[in-house]
Formats: sequence, structure tokens, C-alpha cells
Amino acid sequence: MQPEPLITIRSRTACLPEPNIDTDQIIPARYLTVTDRGGLGETCFRDWRFDKAGEPTGHALNSLDARSHAILVAGDNFGCGSSREHAPWALLDFGFRAIVTSTAADIFKSNAAKNGLLVAEIDAQSHQALLSSPGEVVEIDLEASVVKSNGVEAGFQLDPFVRTCLMQGVDPLGYILQQSEAIQSFEARAST
Amino acid sequence: MAAYPSKPTVRTAAPQTLFDKIWDSRLVTPETTDAPGLLYVDLHLIHEVTSPQAFAAIEARGLSVRRPDKTFATMDHSTPTTPRARGAAPTYASNAQRQQVERLEENCRRHGVRLAGWDSPDRGIVHVIGPELGLTQPGMTIVCGDSHTSTHGAFGALAFGIGTTEVSHVLATQCLLQRKPKTMRIHVDGRLPTGVAAKDLILAIIAEIGAGGAAGHVIEYAGPAIEALSMEERMTVCNMSIEAGARAGLIAPDVKTFAWMVGRDHMPKGAAFEAAKQSWSRLKSDPGAVFDKEARINASSLSPMITWGASPDMGMPVDARAPRPQSPDAAKALQYMGFQPDETLMGEPVQTVFIGSCTNSRLSDLRQAAQIMAGRHVKPGVRMLVVPGSERIKKAAEAEGLDAVFKTAGAEWREPGCSMCIGMNGDIGRRGDLVVSTSNRNFAGRQGPGVRTVLASPATAAASAVAGAIADPRKLMEMCGAA
Ligand code: SF4
Repeated sequence: MQPEPLITIRSRTACLPEPNIDTDQIIPARYLTVTDRGGLGETCFRDWRFDKAGEPTGHALNSLDARSHAILVAGDNFGCGSSREHAPWALLDFGFRAIVTSTAADIFKSNAAKNGLLVAEIDAQSHQALLSSPGEVVEIDLEASVVKSNGVEAGFQLDPFVRTCLMQGVDPLGYILQQSEAIQSFEARAST
Repeated sequence: MAAYPSKPTVRTAAPQTLFDKIWDSRLVTPETTDAPGLLYVDLHLIHEVTSPQAFAAIEARGLSVRRPDKTFATMDHSTPTTPRARGAAPTYASNAQRQQVERLEENCRRHGVRLAGWDSPDRGIVHVIGPELGLTQPGMTIVCGDSHTSTHGAFGALAFGIGTTEVSHVLATQCLLQRKPKTMRIHVDGRLPTGVAAKDLILAIIAEIGAGGAAGHVIEYAGPAIEALSMEERMTVCNMSIEAGARAGLIAPDVKTFAWMVGRDHMPKGAAFEAAKQSWSRLKSDPGAVFDKEARINASSLSPMITWGASPDMGMPVDARAPRPQSPDAAKALQYMGFQPDETLMGEPVQTVFIGSCTNSRLSDLRQAAQIMAGRHVKPGVRMLVVPGSERIKKAAEAEGLDAVFKTAGAEWREPGCSMCIGMNGDIGRRGDLVVSTSNRNFAGRQGPGVRTVLASPATAAASAVAGAIADPRKLMEMCGAA
């Protein structure tokens, strides 16, 4: 699947300040029985947004439209736990296009990048400032690798390859396939 | 299977870590500033949950599986564990689970991928059967769309979890785009005291370094306490590396490793095994190898561990008091668990006990639990599920009469699978239940909405089933002369 190119994202923020938000919270395991990747937005933070009777809770995520609040500012170590790629699928389908946090879990970051979901890890102070003003308008500039709001300007590191893939909508599988010859000669060399 | 290394390693001046040796030997293209390296994958394990979208992705591009001979599939997450006669139709929790499993069967058939399916004597939890069948070998790169792939690191293989898009990359190219992770050594001194299990050790390590303590790193576990562990125990330790945020966990192979592997189905045989052993013996960190991060822990002072919160790093000795929360996160977790600060958790009533998962469902785990259950009974009102990790383990346990011990004690003896570790197959607790579980994750709702999970060793879980409350297994072990 070809992700859409991302150059800048400008949107209001949604804030989830809890640290260690694991992928079981982002999408509970019982929704992993799907065989495709579409339509998972409904399951996103399901057990935070709905009570046991299936009624919406008072959670902040229920009172905003993620398409107009497409930047999720989240607590430290976001996306830890299970490697399920269903987590970025659910976040994207819910409407988010970027996660701003201080640190995100390795596999989550890698999964997010492959689906065009930007993860920007910024310094703790700027992170706190953004967390304390939900709904603020934030702009993320990929070229400059900077997160800007009224009062905050924080740079973030992005793997150059991830940036190229995000900005140009490059698909990594195509990139690997171009190296078929190198793979073949590795297999011959390693007699594997 | 290729032995490691397939050609003699060029001796470089700088001492290398075990991780470096494997990494370097598997690089197809080195990484640059602009692009990650291309890493060759020796073994790709597959299960029903994280593969359907990957097969669909390669098919949509007209690609096929490049190396079915290096790919192996099993079904474990969505499969029912209710007792079932051989050949009988499985009773799935719902159509969704059935469809997922059937999709895997179709995909494997279409692409010529070996599948340990229903009625295969090899079926089981993916991280249990890899080593059991001898698919897992030292020096290999092993991946699976599953974070607990780190388990295979117990054999000195570089094994890590990948996402579904990466599963499609490996299916189509047998390679992965990777940046080289950092290395961390956790040196474990001393020796585990009697009654303290490998599970307690890893829970203590995670409590010490935190859920993100090894983020971006591959951990190598070393030191006398690690060398003293059995292979099953090493798997338990490596399994939970991800709970400390690590990419993978590794232990250098040694004579114990070789003795455990010899003769397994997919292992090289005879002279080929001896030759492989020679090259595997080089798989250790050179003296003076530098790690990006180091931690030390002493095993001798450890006790059985339990978790008091909703993250695996919220662990403490079973006889300790719940902490006074130092952060809003900890306060929220305590509240979710229904525990009070400073409260002793031993004696806290338990409704369900789960023995199973890729962390603790091997024969030695079942033996430890059975030793405690023998001649005792599950406290009335408590539900206890014992779920062996594979068909082979189930058979071996039954041959020893462990199933009878559990059944006589009032526990349920189930078919192999992930079961309550993740609850995808319908094996879940009831809202509010306190579950003592030998699995690896105590996230809110992991074992069912509103279910509260306490992670522990098989012995602690069994002792808690008998007491009907969180219990210290050492007391019962003394009574059965095991201590
Ligand atoms: S037992 Fe649990 S952790 Fe292990 S593979 Fe199954 S669901 Fe994942």
C-alpha cells in the first residue's frame, strides 16, 4: 500500500498525557481477529472511549474529531507492548496523522513509519508544554524536522530514510526489490 | 540449515559482541546515513494474526514467497484451547477467529509454506515450537510478526518481532530494512535461591531497569546466574526482553545449548551437527567487547516476584507491600488493580489462575506447577487453566501424569495455544477478576475488559490457586520437600 506523501501537518492537538500507553490500549487484542487493515478506527482506544455496556464514556477522545485534531500528543514510551501493526492502522483510521511524544517504542515507530503515520520525538520540556495545552494548533514541518506551536519550537530527529519515505510516499518493499541481485549473491555466498 | 558462520570470520582487531558477530554475518547491504542496511532473515515464523494482510500485500503486487523453505507457520493465538478429539472440528469463539485461521491455511497452501496446523503433532505457540522442532539455531536471524520472538535469543540467535508490513517484506524478499540497534549487557551475578524462578529474575530485571530501560537496544544476558539456567529458563528470560523495551535478548550458546538441541527434527545430524557446533562455539562476546549500556543485578538476593500494577515493570517481591505511588501513572495503575498503597498483596483473593504462554508453558514450568498442586486442591471458586505450549509438551506432560495431577486438583487441562495470555480465542477472565498469570503482559484489559492481571512464576501461580489468594510458593515447596 502506497502511503500518501506528507510534507507538513497543521492541525489541532489531542492530548493523552499517560506514559507507557501500550498497543493493547490503542487497540484491544479482541479486535485483532481481522484479516484486513481497514475500518479499525472504531476500535481505537476502545476501552477508554466506551464502558462495559458499550456506552461512550466521558473520555476527551469522544468529544473531538480526530480529523481536525490530527496530531496526538502522548506521554512517554508511547506504543510499547505488542508489535501489532493494527495500532498505527487504528490510529490512522481514527483520523490521526502524527504522534508527538518524548519517546516512542521501537517497533511502534517502525510500524508507524511504514504506514505514513509520523512519530515526532521531542525534548521533555516542549513535550510537557504541548501536553498542557490540548486543542492548540501545531504545525509539523518534515523538511525542517520541527514541531511548532504558539510558544513551542522543538526539533526532532527522523531517520533520513523514514523522512524520504514519508515525504515522497516511497514504498520500502519496492526499494528492497531493487536490491534483488545483492540478495541473490548473499544467498550464493552464504550457501543458504 | 546454514551453519554459522558460513565462511570463516575475518578476525578484526576490535573485540566484538555476540550481537555484532551475528549482525555482520547477515548483512546483505550495509547501512548508510541515508538508508538502513538490508538484513538477511534465516527463519521467518508466521501465525494467523499478523500475516493475512502481509500475504494480501505481496499478492496485490504479484509477488510470491521467496523462500518457503525458510518460512514456517503455526496457529496459536485465535485457536480454541477447549479439549478436542483428534480430527474433530474446533469450536471457535466466533467466525472471526475461524476465518483468520482458515485464511492462514489458505495462504500457506497457496504459497507452499509449511504449517503446523490442526492435528499436526508439531502445533503450538510459535515461540515454543521454533526451538522444540530445532528450527531455532544459534547465529541465525529469526523474525516473526510477534514481539516475543526475542524468546529464540536463548539459543544465541538474533530474534526479534516485526510488524505486518515487514512480514510482507520478508515473505517477498527474505530481507528486512534495519538500522543497527545498540547493545546492552545485563550481567547477573550470584545464583537464584531455591524457590525463585527464571520468571522472578526477569520480572526483577524489568522492575529495575523499567519498561523502556532497554529501548533501542539488544540485550545480552551474561554472568554466572545466567550460565546456571536451563534452556527453558533462558527462554523465559529472553522472552520478556521486550517488556524492558529491548529489540531482542541474547544468551551465548554453550554446552547446555548444544545438548538441548541435538537430535531435534530440523537440526543438522551427526557430523554436520558436530561441525555446526564448532562454528556455534565462536558465538560469544569477545573479552573486552564494548556495550552501549551495562546493568548488573545479583540473583542471590531475589525473591519470588509479582506485579502490583498494569505494566510489567511494576513488579515487587511477593511478600512486599504495594508501593506508595510516585507518579500519576503508578497511582492510576494501583487504582485499576484495586490495591492500596502499603498494603500487603499476599492474601489478596484471586478468582482465576492461568498457567501457560510462550513465557511459561514448557514441560519444566508444568512440572513446577504440578509439584505444588500434587495432593492439593484448587481453592473452591477459583478457576485454574493449565495450557501447555505445544502438542509435544502436552503429550510429554500426559506421559508423566501431570494432566492427572492438575485435573485431580480441580484445574482445567487444555489444548495448546496462547489462550488467556492475550484472550483472542475467547479464553478471558470476567470483569474485575484478579488473575495470577504466568504470561508476560499485565496491561489493563489484556486478559479481558476490566480484568486485573498479576504476573508471576508457575510456582507462585499454582500456590495462589491452592490458597485462593496471592501466595508465596516457598511455603508450599518446603512442605513438599522441594525446597
Ligand atoms: S503466548 Fe502470549 S505473548 Fe506468547 S505469542 Fe502467544 S499471545 Fe504472544
